[in-house]
Order: sequence, then structure tokens, then C-alpha cells
Amino acid sequence: MSCEKATIIGLEVHVQLDTQSKLFCGCSTRFGAPPNTHICPVCLGAPGALPVLNRQALDLAIQVGLALNCEIETNTKWDRKNYFYPDLPKGYQISQFDRPICANGYLDLIDPEAHFADRRVQIERAHLEEDAGKSSHDETGAGGSSKIDLNRAGTPLLEIVTRPDLRSGTEAKAFLTELKLILSNLQVSDCNMQEGSLRVDANVNLHLAEGDRTIATPIVEIKNLNSFRAVQRAIDFESERQWKQWQEDGRTIDQAAKQTRGWDDESGQTVLQRTKEDSADYRYFPEPDLAVVHTTVEQRETIGKKIGPLPSQQRAELISAYSLSAYDAGVLVQQGRRFVDFFETIARPLDDGKLVSNWLQQEVLRYLKEQQADIDQFPVSTEQFIAFLKLIQSGKLDTSRGKAVMQKMMEQRLSLEESMEQLGIAPVEDDELAAICRQVIEENPDIIQQIREGNTKAVGNLIGQAKQINRNVDPALVRKQILNFMKTG
Amino acid sequence: MDLSSFSAHQLIDLLDRQELSAADCVGYFLARTDDQNPELNAFLTVAHESAMDQARSIDQRRQRGETVGRMAGLPVAVKDGICTEGIRTTAGSRMLEEFVPFYNATAVQRLLEADAILIGKTMMDEFGMGSSTENPHFGNTRNPWDPQRVAGGSSGGSAAAVAGGLAPLALGSDTGGSIRQPAAFCGLTGLKPTYGRVSRYGLIAYASSLEQIGPITRSAQDAALLMEICAGHDPSDSTSAQRAVDDYTHQLDSDIQGLRIGVCRDHFGTGLDSEIGVALQEALNVLQSLGAKLVDIELPHASHAVAAYYVIAPCEASANLARFDGVRYTRRAESSSLDQMYSRTRSEFFGQEVKRRILLGTFALSSGYYDQYYRKASQIRRLVKHDFDTALAEVDLLVGPTTPGTALPIGQWEDDPLSMYLADVYTVSANLAGIPALSIPCGTDANGLPIGMQLQGRPFAESTLLQVAHQYQQQTDFHTRRPD
Ligand SMILES: [Zn+2]
Repeated sequence: MSCEKATIIGLEVHVQLDTQSKLFCGCSTRFGAPPNTHICPVCLGAPGALPVLNRQALDLAIQVGLALNCEIETNTKWDRKNYFYPDLPKGYQISQFDRPICANGYLDLIDPEAHFADRRVQIERAHLEEDAGKSSHDETGAGGSSKIDLNRAGTPLLEIVTRPDLRSGTEAKAFLTELKLILSNLQVSDCNMQEGSLRVDANVNLHLAEGDRTIATPIVEIKNLNSFRAVQRAIDFESERQWKQWQEDGRTIDQAAKQTRGWDDESGQTVLQRTKEDSADYRYFPEPDLAVVHTTVEQRETIGKKIGPLPSQQRAELISAYSLSAYDAGVLVQQGRRFVDFFETIARPLDDGKLVSNWLQQEVLRYLKEQQADIDQFPVSTEQFIAFLKLIQSGKLDTSRGKAVMQKMMEQRLSLEESMEQLGIAPVEDDELAAICRQVIEENPDIIQQIREGNTKAVGNLIGQAKQINRNVDPALVRKQILNFMKTG
Repeated sequence: MDLSSFSAHQLIDLLDRQELSAADCVGYFLARTDDQNPELNAFLTVAHESAMDQARSIDQRRQRGETVGRMAGLPVAVKDGICTEGIRTTAGSRMLEEFVPFYNATAVQRLLEADAILIGKTMMDEFGMGSSTENPHFGNTRNPWDPQRVAGGSSGGSAAAVAGGLAPLALGSDTGGSIRQPAAFCGLTGLKPTYGRVSRYGLIAYASSLEQIGPITRSAQDAALLMEICAGHDPSDSTSAQRAVDDYTHQLDSDIQGLRIGVCRDHFGTGLDSEIGVALQEALNVLQSLGAKLVDIELPHASHAVAAYYVIAPCEASANLARFDGVRYTRRAESSSLDQMYSRTRSEFFGQEVKRRILLGTFALSSGYYDQYYRKASQIRRLVKHDFDTALAEVDLLVGPTTPGTALPIGQWEDDPLSMYLADVYTVSANLAGIPALSIPCGTDANGLPIGMQLQGRPFAESTLLQVAHQYQQQTDFHTRRPD
């Protein structure tokens, strides 16, 4: 069969908002406390307890909405989503059904390495809801009791739902990477997938074009995705699986129910969990315990001012103001807003973005990765870094010895001067360099003759001699000076 | 002294002048409760020890000359659907038979801060779902006027306690008439405040958008006092109004000369017991003689109110009661799987009427039925509210019957829930519209049973209702009559 095959992907991303207290009560949201220590009548769902909205969560949601170019609902409301689960204390989750706080936004994806075409991913909605608690079961099969920890119950979540605009696992991963970068820059979430503060479900099916007819295969929702790589792999797997399935049974979206499949990272497969027939009817209805929340233009503007430049704007800025390549700009921006600030503080006075970018990408990033630290913890101040790069820029310190100096500055937390002193490096002044060059020219007439006859490689011998006189000389400068003197005589 | 017939104000006078100690006062009511509760079944839990401890501590503070609260030493009964820290709170359900809250409802907290003494928790229909306080788990509450009859519901225990002289006043809650109807059946004054006037924090929810905590007392004056203590904004209840509480007591004495009273003639037609019609007409005459003007008004959508109420209330109830799943603080049935735990716990520990309403609500919210039921009921609700807005732009308040009949014999509604629902015909509208509504006694029928008159007012105009009720009570003695 010959046909065009497109994988159609929409994502649902749950982001835990980094508020001090829970969405509807004053309990702490801190992760990792002993079970059931951050609880109160409200988040326990105790009889008679009532929710009170945490405005900070609403503000953070608006911030994300604005960063994702969403419309902000002026009269947002709350709804009850009804289902039974032991770690859902009230038997319903307070969520938002028909008037989510954010809707109709988008996020642009541009891959500098062009693995995929530029793509605008529409954000259908982003709504606030409370998280459930955590259940743990006796998995030994010994029939031990199940345990419930309600510390997490009531923690604010923002559920971001995209339109089915993504076309591959790679794109989905790129979208999530960019989204995470935006969220981290806004400091609205720590986006830690291991601790569950960022959770992703993917909806996947295929559109098959035969002539002017398009056929859609049944939609599959993939759960248990615990890393961006898992998202990518699961989508790619699912795309292939659905293609095979289609070739086998030819069933279209209208002929089969929506399935939920779980990703098994070890086997690299999705596994059927349930079909729609046995999925729940959530019986949404307006939450009578909470009033409609009005957001004003002023409120949105005040929050909008806190957003700052988005990653896409930062990349464009680095490319135009510092003449960086799209790739370099991408790498720097990916490190987060404070890393970009660090870069700009150094690059501005030096007026050589490429030089700074190279040092940051190689030495600094390597160090941060080794230390598992972020730029705030980097031991070398921007002032020291600038002084250091000025030596490099002027040739008073060569690259290989520069690396040794930077090593000392980073690892032993020494100043630039101390590091150079310990390594016995003293910058060579211009007249001293000139004197050394004249000396080797005078002492080596034969080699000068060879050079004049066209054997430019012979300069190396002279550079070696210069370094014996003073090991701090920059070989490139020595070469330049010698050739210069030979010309001028 | 026979304290059982004293109003709260009379008792406070005696207590303030130290002619009566708090311990004696509380002791008196506890003893009377011990004596009569076995028959009346007004209280589910009597807080003997904590009440006496509290009373003695107030007496000591008084003796030391310390300032005490406005209700110092006054016993209060509280409906068992309202949470009381350290005192079992069942909401009339087997499900919560062993539930001891670790927090006070805001209304209770305010009573305690005024040094009122909590003497016990009163009987109710399970979770407030019913109009007769015939409770499948804890028995029937009897009407002190005729023990063969119901006290009304769902705050029947509070009404029976006050009417029987076991407590001078009580808190109830009203979702569709649950304060006003038992007040009418028991010859008492009962006020359902404007939605948002009294905090619902700690009120075990039946239908959150409809219900309010309010007073059941012997007079409008006592109701004014209880409202001044309990009403007001509460940051723990997002639906509570950020609006200062009126000085209700101060306004009681203003005359009602020129006040415009709306009368909806439809409410005097078919379905209303003729004796009640006569009593109401006499009451209207009294109000007219006090200078009020009667104006005919219409409430065109009132006839749909019961239907809308019995969709909205069960819908909210189906979610509100989902938390009783056997996992936390409730009883848990023996089971071998999660689904079994849910179904057995809820089958075993909920009564028939509660299950009926959970099923009704679950069905009405189901995919495909939402528009037909919940949405339509919400539309009717808006029309009902609009009717009141229109009428109350013309008049200061509305006067009419509280109930179509007087207290029924026990067992009458047992297998006939529909008749029970229809008896809420005059009361549910105020809950749908969120307006304040008050019932006061205005006569007795041929069997000597009290008849209730309902006053409904503009949002937050409790002061007008209490004022009119008080002025009426200055001219009549129905509110001072006691059973036997
Ligand atoms: Zn809490």
C-alpha cells in the first residue's frame, strides 16, 4: 500500500507549581517530609472543611499562560472532577473544566540543527487543579496493607494541554525541553520528573493520506513517561506499532475505542492498560465552595512584567548582539536565564561573544557538569573572568596555559593572580617580547636564511628558543613578531 | 426556678447579675435532658463533663471579676452536622458514628469565644437529608407538642431540644427548610441567614451552594443575639460575605410603620392547610395594625423550585458525600478489595434516603444527562432568584406560610419520599435564591400544634426580618407558649 504517513501527537503536561503552600490550604508543599505531616482538615478532606484559593498559585499560572502566549480568562472558575481513589481525599478533585485560567496560546519550536522544520505548537489550555496524595502497596504479595501519604494532596498543578500539532518523538522532546526551560526561567516549578513535579502524557495516532483522502487511526494515550527520552522513544514506538496494527486490521479512529497504554522503559514498549469503555465519567460540575475568580488587566500586566525575555528572544538577542551562531546561542540559552546573564556580563566589555561562548561552553559547562552545580555556584566571579579573558584576548596568556589557570581558579577557588603565580606564569610585556625576538634572530642567522628561502616551518625552532628564554611568551605572538622584524629588517 | 421556659435573654440577665451561676444553669438543663431526652431523642450526644467544666470555669472568672463573653454561662445545643472539637459529630449517620472532629466549626468557635456552653449535639436527618428527623441509625426525634408526631427536620433535634426546654436556644442548618420547618412544627423562631452570612466552615456539607447555619430560638430577640455572635466574614469560607454584621438587636425596636409586605396569593391556595391560611391572615392583620402595608406580589417560577432543588441538592450531595469511602475517619466495612471496601462501606453505613439522593445526583450529573438536569435546574434557580429580586424591589419583605401543614405523625413519610419533598414547597426557594428567611409561630391548629409563618427578605436584610418578627412577637404570645 502506498500512502503518506504522519504521526499526530498532542501532549498533556502536569507541572507542580512551586508555591509555599498548597492550592487550597496553608500546608507546606515541601517534598520529602515524613508521611502525613503536611496535612490539615482541608487537604485531608475532613467533613466540614472548605477550600480557600492560594492566590500565589493563580499568579504563577497566569505567568506561565502569558509566557505561552495564552489568553487569560477574566472570570475563571472551579469545577469538581468526581472519581474514587484512596489517595483522593474528597472523592473529587478541584479542577477547572470550562473556564480554565489560560487558553489559546502557542509555543514556537525552532531546531538550529534542522532535524525538523520550524513549528508552532498551539496550547489549547492550561488549567489549575489540586494534586492527589500517594498510595503505596505491599508488592511482596504477602497481602500487607496499603499506605497513603497525603503530603502531596492539594499541591497546585498546572495542566498544560497542546493541540495535536507535534509530528515526531524528536519534536515532542524538543517541545518539552523548551517548555521546561521556560518554566525554570520563570522559577514557577523545579520541573523535577523524578519527584513528579513534571509529568507528561502523550496522545498519539496516525494520519494516513491516500490520494486526497486522510484516514486517522485510533488515538492512544501513553502514560508512565518518566523522562523526555522516554517520551520520544514511546512516541516513536507507538507510531510504528500503530502502523503495523493498521496494516493488520485497518481499523480507523471511528472503529476502535481510545486506548490507554503504559510505557515500559526496560522493554521499550507500550503496554495496554485500558480502553475507553471502562474509563470514568468524571461528572464535572461547578465547585460550590469556591467563588469565580476575577482577574483584572492591571493584575495581568503586573504579572506580565515579571516574565522577562523568553528563550526564543534570548537566542535572537545573542545571535544579533554577539554574532553567535544559532547553535552556540542555543547551547547558552539552554543553560538557563542566569547562565545567559553570566555570559552577557562577561561578553559585553570584551566585545567578543565567540571567545566568551567558547570558554563558557568548554571550561565552565564541563566544570558545572562535573560538580552538578549551577551557574550561581560557579566559583569564579564575572570580574575575574573578564580579567582572565582580557589576558587571553591580548595574547598575554595562551589558550593551553589559560586552561590551566582557569582550572586553578575553578577548582582551588584561587584568584587570577594567585593561579598565575602558582603556575609561574607572568604576562610578557611588549618590549620584552620584542627583545627576545631580536635576540633569537641575531643568534640564528642560518635559520633566518632558511625562512627567507621559503621554509616557514623553521620559525618553530625560533619559537622554541624564545620559550627557553621566557616560558611565558605566546608562541603565536613570537611568530608574528619575528616575521614582522624580518620584513622591516 | 423553672428555667426551661426562660428565653436566652432572661437567662443571660440572671447569669450577668449572678443570681444564677453558670454551673446551676447548665446543671439544670443537663438534668432536664437526662430526664426527658430518652423520650424526645433530641440529643445524640450530651456533653455533660465538658459543659460542667466550662460552666465552673466561667463562674470562677466571674467571681474573680474578669470580663466574660456576651453569652457567658448560657447553654447552647448544636446540630450534629456541625463540627465540634473533641465532641463526637455524626451528622446523623452511622458512617460517622465514631468521628470526633479535631476542629470547631467557625460558628461554634464564635459561640465558645462568647463563653456560651455547648451542652450537646442534636439529632438530625442523616446528613440533613430529610424533613422529619426520623433517623434510620439513631431513631426518631419526637415533637414535644405531641410525642406521636415528628419534630420536623432536618434540624429536628435542635427544635425539639428548645421546644422541650432542654436548651434555651440552638444552632441548626438549613439547606431547603431544615431550620424553618422544624421551627414551625415546634412553635419556635428559626432563621436561615442569607447565603454567605454565617460561615459554613465545619458544617458537614450536604448541598454546599444552598445551606447556611442559623439559630433556632424562642424569640426573634434570641435569634438576633445568636446571629450577632455567629455571623460575619470567615477567611476559611470563600463563600462567606465580606460585609459587616448589622446590629440586629438594636434594630428590633424600630417600628414597622409604612413597611411594605409582599404577599404571594398563590401560596394561600391549593395545598395549604386551611387552618394555616386562617392563622396567617390573622397574622397579616396584626402586621397591618402595626402600620405595615400589604402588597400582592407574584413569584411566577416558585412552582418549579422544588423540582430544581431536588436536582441541585442531590448533585452536590453526590460529590460532598464521596469522601465517606472507608479510607479515613469514617467506619470501614470488612472487605477484600478496594471496590468492595467502597461498596460495602457505603452500602452498610449510609441510610436509604442518603443513598437515594447520592444515586439521584450521580445520575443527574452523568455524561449525557447534565444539560437535561443540572443545567436546567440551575437555569430555574436563576429565574427563581430573579422573581425574588423583582418582588423585593417592590416590597421590603414577603410573608407567607412556612409549611403546607403542621407536624405529621411519625412514620407518615416513611415510604413516600415524594410527599416529603413536596412539603418543602415554601422553603426551598429562599435557599435557591440565597435570601434570608425566618419562621415564627403564628397560631395553633385544632390539634394544638404550632403553625409557622415565613418571612423572606432581601439579601443581608436579616435585620428587617428580625425586626418585623420582634414587633409581631410584642403583640402576640404564640412564641411564649410551651407544650403542656
Ligand atoms: Zn492542608
